[in-house]
Amino acid sequence: MTAITDRQKLQYIAAKAADARVNVELETEGMILNIGPQHPATHGTLRIVAKLDGEQVIMAEPMAGYMHRGYEKLTEVRTYAQVTTLVNRIDWLGSFANEVPFILAAEQLMGVEAPPRATWIRTLLFEMSRLANIILFLGDMGVQLGAITPVFFAFRDREYVLDQIERVTGGRFHPNFDRIGGLKDDLPKGWLTDTKGVMDKVRTFCDEIEDLLLGSEVFQQRTRGIGVIPADVATQYGLSGANARASGIDWDLRRDNCIGLSYPQLDWKVWTHPDGDSFARFWVRLQEVREATKMIDQLCDGVPSGPIMAKVPRIIKVPAGEAYISTENPLGEMGYYIVSKGDLTPFRVKIRSASFNNVSITPWLLRGVYVPDIITILASLYFILGDIDR
Amino acid sequence: MTDETTTDAPAPEETVERDERREMLLARFTDALGDGVVQSEIQPGLDLWIRVSTDAWLTAAEVARHRLGARYFGFLSVLDWLPSPFGRSMDSEVDRRLATAAGEPPATPDATIEQGVAGGETRMQAFARVARVGEPGDYWGVTLKADIPDDTAEIASWVSVYAGADWHEREAWEMFGVNFVGHPGLRHMYLPGAFEGHPMRKDFPLLARQVKPWPGIVDVEPMPVGDEPAADSPADAAGDETGDDAAGASEAEASS
Repeated sequence: MTAITDRQKLQYIAAKAADARVNVELETEGMILNIGPQHPATHGTLRIVAKLDGEQVIMAEPMAGYMHRGYEKLTEVRTYAQVTTLVNRIDWLGSFANEVPFILAAEQLMGVEAPPRATWIRTLLFEMSRLANIILFLGDMGVQLGAITPVFFAFRDREYVLDQIERVTGGRFHPNFDRIGGLKDDLPKGWLTDTKGVMDKVRTFCDEIEDLLLGSEVFQQRTRGIGVIPADVATQYGLSGANARASGIDWDLRRDNCIGLSYPQLDWKVWTHPDGDSFARFWVRLQEVREATKMIDQLCDGVPSGPIMAKVPRIIKVPAGEAYISTENPLGEMGYYIVSKGDLTPFRVKIRSASFNNVSITPWLLRGVYVPDIITILASLYFILGDIDR
Repeated sequence: MTDETTTDAPAPEETVERDERREMLLARFTDALGDGVVQSEIQPGLDLWIRVSTDAWLTAAEVARHRLGARYFGFLSVLDWLPSPFGRSMDSEVDRRLATAAGEPPATPDATIEQGVAGGETRMQAFARVARVGEPGDYWGVTLKADIPDDTAEIASWVSVYAGADWHEREAWEMFGVNFVGHPGLRHMYLPGAFEGHPMRKDFPLLARQVKPWPGIVDVEPMPVGDEPAADSPADAAGDETGDDAAGASEAEASS
């Protein structure tokens, strides 16, 4: 088939580019640099083994698995209600968002539909976890470049969001709030008004970050044109979420394949950036936070009344079948492929987590970059280790 | 090729439209692969599954990516259809009572292999998800499956088509012991180098449960056994023998 040459051509171009960047005439003795598993710049226990020639990376190999918890195996001996506790710990910064696709997939197999109020609050909390997740990224990116201030702003303002999540769910990090057929509880009194106040604070935070980081010349020089991912490479590695949109791929599951959530009823915009570099990835995420605050404002205004639980049996047995549901999580496409045999427990759950695919591009991406850029590129790809090591 | 589309579902207009799209997609796959498509299933408005023959696995990826424009690689993994010889490893009294209340027969090891959607003939199956992205309004995804022969446990690697399959195949290789022919370097992804066995296989025991019995679901009261199910039991309940209705459940929720 002639079309295969497409990939070979790409590989050829990439290899040529890497060769050009590594100065062959001044070849020095190679050195192996081991970053991690315990290192402040690696966000958890991702270990990177980089082969260096001078200041440039010839080859980099990420080593995962220092925190693998075997969730796919554990789901096979746990009931559906118990699985939500596990999946909370995959992307621990936006925990609620992990529960939603699993519950939606189970609901699809059971033929249960959550009532409108539950769907609406799910969407609301989903966007709240997106804020909790990405706000930290916006501050953290500064730390990787040596700017300490933004991260304190980020921790301060994320706390407001976490407080609101805690008031509803009782948990700051692991809400475990979603149930098959609806939600565990309703919203507390006065919550919606307070949340809108928090959204104002988050918008101010976005402006601060824009002033502090985005406009800074140092920041621009360290991120512009660094770690460029072309759209075609991004899709074949399965990059999703803001990483894909920063490469100019106009794709958002909230708009294109929204199942069981209220996004079609909201007025919002999908932001893309054509550059595909570290700067673009930061910029897209910043716009996404602003977009999320707008969405939450609209969601707070229009909460429908009604029950928060559909009629489901007390002991949940999911009929035999298979379903795959994925949602646009803070880190990208997160999906669960559930195989049920009509039992109390799933027969098999395949967890498609965003970071696993997002980080699998690093051996390709880090070839030829300078050592300090390893950190910026990794930070801009933005992964959570629990999302790689499920 | 058997098309198992059900006709009895009274589908609203919108669903029919989506369904036609998937049928067209399936037709394009069948067109390109010919005999390679062994079986398929469309769930109207929900999803499309296509099972291809083992030999057509790589060709299916090429067709999906280059001819149909599914440039986005979702995931690739393996399914082990052997029923677990260890049951659910739920040994505690609470679990047993819960299982009885749910009308579950006592665990009897049954080694009959029964494949899921789109059928199959072997114990292991490879399955993958690819999608078309980047065109607003034209998003679709498809689940591709293929049998992995029991004797060789080998299947073609997708790395030459989707570079992202690299890590997924490394994971499936160590977890299921399936060899991906043509993969540039099958190394351990998660497990330590000296690890023996393939943990995700169903006949690999979950050692934590073997060493210490699972304490069970302590905070959920088991349902009283032998209670008559309420007359207004919802029709869409998972089983008729669940012994309780949703009203009871929501009352319990409200009172807690």
